[in-house]
Amino acid sequence: MMDDENSGGKIKKFLYLNRKAPYGSIYALESLEVVLIGAAFDQDVSLAFVDDGVYQLVKGQSTDGIGMKNFSPTYRALEMYDVEKLYVDQASLEARGLTEADLLVPVEVLDSAQMAALMAEQEVVFSF
Amino acid sequence: MKFGILINEGPYTHQASDSAYQFTKAALEKGHEIFRVFFYHDGVNNGTRLTVPPQDDRNVVTRWSELAKQYQLDLVLCVAAAQRRGLLDENEAKRNGKDAHNIAEGFRISGLGQLIEAGIQADRLVVFGD
Repeated sequence: MMDDENSGGKIKKFLYLNRKAPYGSIYALESLEVVLIGAAFDQDVSLAFVDDGVYQLVKGQSTDGIGMKNFSPTYRALEMYDVEKLYVDQASLEARGLTEADLLVPVEVLDSAQMAALMAEQEVVFSF
Repeated sequence: MKFGILINEGPYTHQASDSAYQFTKAALEKGHEIFRVFFYHDGVNNGTRLTVPPQDDRNVVTRWSELAKQYQLDLVLCVAAAQRRGLLDENEAKRNGKDAHNIAEGFRISGLGQLIEAGIQADRLVVFGD
């Protein structure tokens, strides 16, 4: 209903480019809020995690020590919103000593050329 | 060309908000259409009428209000981001039991759906941020 009203039936390729660590700034949390609201619009949605953004998906996050809300379980719920295309930049993972096994959701790991190709094919890129 | 504009940084602390204004103004002067300007993250701080910059500096908030008036621009502050940072319109203030509201002329408060809609409807969505 919402997308009939606001999108005129158009479906575009949306990419959410997540470049910031989950805590220490609010970008990651507010980006996730856009993804969740955006899910109601039935667009073709992809999420990419690059640079410190890969930390958003690391397993076993605990925020007790910093008194902030741990919002990492929400990434596991994305599937229920039909947000299923999650991509992680290989070089960013490796630079931080991480592997795919350290992540809390299934992702597709892309090299730099593949990541560039993914970005090139998008119609709307939100960079957070 | 129909543009959507997303501004993710507050005024004075970051170039992004100035760049967004210059871009928007230049696009309008060249005859392009601005579907909507959406303010998110600290960008919502561009919409408070309580900003008082020194007199010999630009007034970031006022110039948005003036541009909005001149071109009937739709300036939208994200409601969740705005509430976190203490930006309320009259209705929000009332609803949350606050004794003041501070939205500048030409701005309105609405939801993130307005941002997604801008992404869908505009030919290009341009993001100004860090």
